[in-house]
Formats: sequence, C-alpha cells, structure tokens
Amino acid sequence: MSSSTIEAGANKVRPRGQSVFPELEALLPLIAKPIQYVGGELNAVTKPWEDVTVHWALMYPDAYEVGAPNQGVQILYEVLNEQPDVLAERTYSVWPDLETLMRENNVPAFTVDAHRSVADFDLLGLSFSTELGYTNMLTALSLANIPLHAVDREDHPIVVAGGHAAFNPEPIAQFIDAAVLGDGEEAVLLISNIVKVWIEAGRPGGREGVLLELAKSGCVYVPRFYDVEYLPDGRIKRVVPNRADVPSRVTKFTLMDLDAWPFPKAPLVPLAETVHERMSVEIFRGCTRGCRFCQAGMITRPVRERSMTSIAAMVENGLEKTGFEEVGLLSLSSADHSEIGDLARNLADRYEKSQTSLSLPSTRVDAFNVDLANELSRNGRRSGLTFAPEGGSERIRRVINKLVSEEDLIRTVTTAYGAGWRNVKLYFMCGLPTETDEDVLQIATMAKEVIRAGREASGRRDIKCTVSIGGFVPKPHTPFQWAAQLDHESTDARLQKLKDAIRSDKEFGKAIGLRYHDGKPGIIEGILSRGDRRVGNVIETAWKNGARFDGWSEHFSFDRWMESANYALENTGVDVDWYTTREREYTEVLPWDHLDSGLDSEWLWEDWQDALSEVAVDDCRWTPCFDCGVCEQMDTEIQVGPTGVIDLPMPSPRVSPVLVQGLCGN
Amino acid sequence: MANKPPERDLAPTIQKLRLRYAKRGRLRFSSHRDFQRALERALRRAGVPMAYSAGFSPHPKISYSNSAPTGVASEAEYVEIGVTQLCDPDKLRSALDEALPPGLDIIEVIVATTSDFSARLEASVWEMEICAPTEEVMGAVGELLGSTEVLVERMTKSGLRVFDARSAILLMEMVPQSAITAPADTQMLSECVILHVVVRHITPSVRPDDVLTALKQVGNLVPLKPVRVTRLAQGPLTEVGISIGDPFDPDRVLV
Repeated sequence: MSSSTIEAGANKVRPRGQSVFPELEALLPLIAKPIQYVGGELNAVTKPWEDVTVHWALMYPDAYEVGAPNQGVQILYEVLNEQPDVLAERTYSVWPDLETLMRENNVPAFTVDAHRSVADFDLLGLSFSTELGYTNMLTALSLANIPLHAVDREDHPIVVAGGHAAFNPEPIAQFIDAAVLGDGEEAVLLISNIVKVWIEAGRPGGREGVLLELAKSGCVYVPRFYDVEYLPDGRIKRVVPNRADVPSRVTKFTLMDLDAWPFPKAPLVPLAETVHERMSVEIFRGCTRGCRFCQAGMITRPVRERSMTSIAAMVENGLEKTGFEEVGLLSLSSADHSEIGDLARNLADRYEKSQTSLSLPSTRVDAFNVDLANELSRNGRRSGLTFAPEGGSERIRRVINKLVSEEDLIRTVTTAYGAGWRNVKLYFMCGLPTETDEDVLQIATMAKEVIRAGREASGRRDIKCTVSIGGFVPKPHTPFQWAAQLDHESTDARLQKLKDAIRSDKEFGKAIGLRYHDGKPGIIEGILSRGDRRVGNVIETAWKNGARFDGWSEHFSFDRWMESANYALENTGVDVDWYTTREREYTEVLPWDHLDSGLDSEWLWEDWQDALSEVAVDDCRWTPCFDCGVCEQMDTEIQVGPTGVIDLPMPSPRVSPVLVQGLCGN
Repeated sequence: MANKPPERDLAPTIQKLRLRYAKRGRLRFSSHRDFQRALERALRRAGVPMAYSAGFSPHPKISYSNSAPTGVASEAEYVEIGVTQLCDPDKLRSALDEALPPGLDIIEVIVATTSDFSARLEASVWEMEICAPTEEVMGAVGELLGSTEVLVERMTKSGLRVFDARSAILLMEMVPQSAITAPADTQMLSECVILHVVVRHITPSVRPDDVLTALKQVGNLVPLKPVRVTRLAQGPLTEVGISIGDPFDPDRVLV
C-alpha cells in the first residue's frame, strides 16, 4: 500500500488503481455470460482513485447473479461511497472458465465498478451469508495475488470478514485479518476511520499497527491477537488474547434507529439476470420469535422496526431510481411488523393501478398472512404463497419453538386456496434434534391434509402444494449449538421414507411436489459452521483440491471435501464426525465463545434444555423479557411501533416527462 | 391464482414509436435478454406511459427486431414500443437515454407512421477489427470473395446447422483506421485491420462470427485476439445492393 505501483503479469508495472479492463476485455468473448463481469449497472458509483484516502473492495463470495442483489453489500457500498474520503467498489466470484483464463493471462482479481485490481485496495471486505463461500474467498485471494495466510501479508489489503457466518470466523481465522460481528453500517465507518488515521499518520507500526488499533476498539476481531489452546482430547481449553491491550471478548455491532439509515437509497440495477429480479426494502431487522434452529433470529436481536412512513418513502424512491417492477418487503418475519396491516393497505392503494407488484418474502403460518398477500396482490400480480411450519409434527415444532398448530396450518391454507391461490409452498427441515422418522413422516400427513382441505375450500382438484425440505445444520450462537447433527445416511433414509409415503398416495400424491437435497452438503456446512481454527486446513486443502462454488450442487463434491478433511485433520485427534454429529456438553469451550452476540450462554443452555423437554417460549415483544441477555449486554432495546400513523398521503402523481404538451389527458 | 385475469385498467395503444439505440463499450457484452430487462426498467423510470398486454402476467408492448449478438457492439439496433398517451419523440429519447446505463444509448426516436418496419431491415454493415497482419487478412478476404459458396456450421436452437456464409456477403472492404465509424472506447491497436462488411439478412442469418469462420476456413485466418465487431447500420439495400439506407426514412416522409 505504500508503494505507488505493483507488479502485474510478467513485467508490466501498472499504477495503483488503474483499470485492468483492457486485459480482461480480451477474455470476455471466450466465456459464458460476460455481462456479469463488466459492471456499468444503473446507480453504480466510481470515484477517482486519487481523490480518497481509504479504498474498499467489497466482495460477495459467490457468483454475480447471487451477489449483486445482496442487500448487505449494496448498503455498505452506498454508506462508504457517501464518505468524501472513502471509495468502495464491488467484486464477485468468477466462474471457473474465467478463473482459468485469468491465471493463463495474468489478469488479477478485479472490481466490477472501475475494474481495479483487488490487490490495490486498502481493505477487502467479504460478506459471508453462508460458510459455503469460504473456498471462493481463497480463489479471490489467490487471483488477487494476496497471500492466502494473513501472517504472510505485507503491503496487501486488510481482509475483513462480515455477515452471519462471521459470528464464528474461527475456521477462516488464518485467512482473514479481521472479522466484524453484526450490522455493518457503523462498523465500516469505524474501520474506515481507523485506517484513514493510520494512513495519514504514515502507517505507524505497519500492518500490525493498524490491526492492533482495530482490535483495541473492542468490536473488531483480529484472530492473530488470540491464541487457542486445546485439551488432550481435542476440545478447546481456552481462547485468550496474546497481548494485554486487546479485549478478551469482541462484541457485535447493533444499528439502532433504522429510519436514520434508509439504505440503499439508490439500489443497483444489474444488467445480468440475477436470482432476485426485484428491489428490496428492509422493513425491520432482528427477530425474537425464538425459533431455536434459526441463527439469524438469535444473532440479530433485538427487533428494530423501520416506520411505515419511512418504508413507504423508500419504496417510492427506490422504484423511481430503479424502474424495478417488484418490491420485496424484507425481514426475517415480515408479517410481524407492528404496522404491517396498514403498510400493506397503504402500499396496495398506492400501486393498485400500476404494474408494480409487492411481496412479503418470509411469512408465518397465519391466516392473517393470506389477507396480507391478498392485499398486496390486489392488482393481480401474485408471486406465490410460502409458509414455513419447519417441523412435521406438533412435538418437533415445540422442540424448535415454532409454535404452529396443525389447525393453524389448515386454517391458513384453506384461506389461501379459498382466496384463489392455486399453489402453496411449505418449508420444512429434516434432521432436527430429537427428531424421529415419525416426525418427518407427519410432513406427508400434513401435506395430504392440506390438499384435502384445499380442494374443499376451492372446489377444484387442480390445486397443488410444494413441500421443500432443507437439512438442519446446527449453528453457533443458537440453543442448538450444542446439538448433534444428524448424519447424512440417516437424513437420506428419512427423506426416502417421506418420499415413499407421499408418492404411494393415490388420492393426493400427484398434487404434492417434493423438493429436497441429499444430506451430504449439510455435513460440510456443519463442519464449517461449528468448526475451530483446525478446520482452516480442511478448507485450504479442499480448495487446493479444486473446491469452488460449494453452494452449487453442480460444483460441490462431498468426496473431495471428505478426502481433504481426512488429510488435513490427520493426527489432530478430531475428525468430521467430531465436529458435526457429536453432541457438546455445557462445560465445553466453544470456538466462538469469545465472540459476543449478546446472548447469555446460560440462557441459551436453558433454552436448549427447554427444547429437549419440548417446552415452548414466547416472543418477548408481547411478553415480559426472558433475559436472553442481548438488550442488557449490548445496551439496546426493542424498537417497534405502531407509530400512530394510519394513512399515508397518496404521493403526488408523477407527471411523465415524455408526453406531448397539452395532450397528456387520457 | 384466480380463474380469470383480474380486471385492469388496460388503456389502448394510441401511438407507436420506433427507437434506434446503440450498445457500446463494455455493455456490448449484454445479451438481448439483458437489454430487454434494462429497457423495460428504463421505460418505467422514464415515466413512459406503456401499453400493456392483457392476461395473468401483463407485458409492456415492445417489439424487438434483429438484435446484435452478445459481445458485438452496435450503433443501429431497433425497437418499437406502444404507448397509451401521445409522447414527444425527442423528450422520450432524452428521458429514456437518461434512464438507461451509459453504453446503452438511445440515438433517435420517431413516431411510427408506416408498417412493415422489420422488412426494411434487409442488411447490416459490420465493422470488424481483426488483429492480424494486413496481407493475411486481405488474402483471406480475397479467397472468401473469390468463392461462390463457403459452408460454415453453427449450433442453433434447432441443433447444428450447415449453411452458406458467402452468398449473404455483399461487400467486404478494408478501411483506413482514420475512417473508423464506431466510437473508440479503448485504444485501437496498430496491428489491426478494419473491415467493413455488408451482409444481407437471410435465414439462417449469417452473423459476424460466421463470416470469421468462413475467413478462417478459406483463408486460414486466425486473429491474434478476439475480433471486435460493431454493427454500424441496418436498413434497406439500395444502389445495386451494397449501400444501406435509413430504415426510418419512410416514417419521416409521412410526418
């Protein structure tokens, strides 16, 4: 970072921040879907390199089609670019066809905005929604000519991990310089400021110096300043700072007052087709439903709502800035917003006459949700109705604290089919703690009952129900962090029985679609989720053996991962089963115990015991506090409405700028 | 879903407009589908009162003709839209151009007063930047023009097809670099030859890559790097079939 030029390719010297597009351009005609690498999206920002002090490359470590719509990256991109002394550009994973050509032609990892070499930036921020992006990080580092191991870096970007997976960054501790827990908006500003001060002061202490400043803040985790000691049996003995001036625990960021942070203000409009062809507006952050399997619900507490007025303004502004046709009202459980009824009615009033469609991507099993969906699709645009009972039997739903009765479900789907919806999707999980074959087979019973009730309510035989099943993976910072993961053979056997039970039914079988994956990828996700620093070698070995895009079934190889794990964990006394299918004791030091999500570990343990006793817990928004610990620990509070606003004024009709004057009447 | 599409306020089409647009620079790597999505969003952003089709899933009334392949730049792409209120073509041009990302540029908008527009697009002029020694390029061009038939094969939607690429080629000439028509978005390399090729639109269409395949087959021409191609014009053939007219001319005459 101190030198003004870097070596590029064989003997070319390219000034820092200069575009590598001419070199990349020659490769684009040779690969699939080149548009994903050229940037140029509406609302993208490029700033002159020399105008700012701090340069961020933001990476979503998956393909552009998945990464470009990601809200987290879009928010940070804007927050950073609003700063006069900072610039941020985006980079995504390149598919193997381009990776091969880039290596052959010495084209370095690049950003899609100004096509600058990733190695030129001061910081490389990676957003990990899932652990399956870890190998893609290694591809990016290697293509950027950044040493894979943090300790080998000198004049290279500071590699910072964020996102939900960063709540246990131990498996990637050797590859990252730092990790940030929680909401990114204020975190990136804090980091930018520390790095700016360091750069302007002439980089005192070098790389170690700035990392120490970050660590001292108490909210940036720098793995190199913490040592992990192990017990003879392989468990962790303790994790302690190796210097006196770094805190023993690192706490998460919590953004309060979402109305003050209406990002993204100008959402990106990708040219390439992406997985979400819509604009998203986050209506609240956090969830206190208390589903015990749900890491997102545990680590994002407390609930912080955006007000209806603010949401409506973001929808209006976003549509105007993007031209998108669909708006998703995003959150972990959108129907729980305290003003959702009024919000749906007001938005439906506003957009009824337009071709704009509105959707609630995540909804609970509740007839009220059908009313909301009906309201939002008043103009005829219906994008499908999805409910997530998660567990097949009432018993297992008590275990996971997903309080849905079979009657609730039947009432909900009856309302849906009766209101004209023809296909209802139901999400379930397989492999939950204490689960038996019987719990999963009840999914078949439930689906048949759904069809029977639906036929009755709609008077039609052509209604359908799609059952999607995901394998359960225990996650850090949840009550199930101590649970044994179900082995993949048992998962597959259970799913086969379910499939047979549905297919063999002559009356209802054909009306029920079943979607599931085999249990193997879940085991790898399992070791990456609850792994410790020893898993780093597994990741590196798998990557060297060719692992890429592990979230994509066509690229994922279970055998490659298992061979790599067996090799990398040799002589450690632990193996894949130890990390995945082994139940933990309360006294065991977990790899992420020094990382503070605010959740009290005693509360988590009690909740785990309650799960085993099939005892449900309510939502603290409507009942007294259960002392999960977050608000007290983080000095935060629940922020919910209603704000008292019932009706929003209709926005003044936009006068089209393209009409012939005087003839604009209908 | 409901049995019948819901009642909607479906205003009729009262005006059709034709747009000429360019696909430039890095956005030449956008596919036809990419452009479709971008245009539909830009039309909404620009506040164009689009006419929509009826049905469960209404679509804006837009018809595309003859889009250039992915990776090929163009100065002459055409699209027609139907609107429900009278629009001013010049205002529409600037508002829509503003709403599209730089590189997808609206060049001209006219009110359609004629029919059979797509039939007027009889041929294209392609500019090809071929990086290879001049004598090799011109040798291959000579071989190609000297042949009466050059069969090339290409994968199409209906499988591998073999067709003649020669008969569609009406003109093929080297132009001096100073006469390059396409806007230069990156530096032109001195060792490259610029060809202008006039190709008649036939079925199956003979595309720039078919012409390059033909040059390779008859003249063994293998460029040093991917050939950069730009469509300069599309339109009716005039003057013994090697010059291209402006397909908007008939609409202009009738205004």
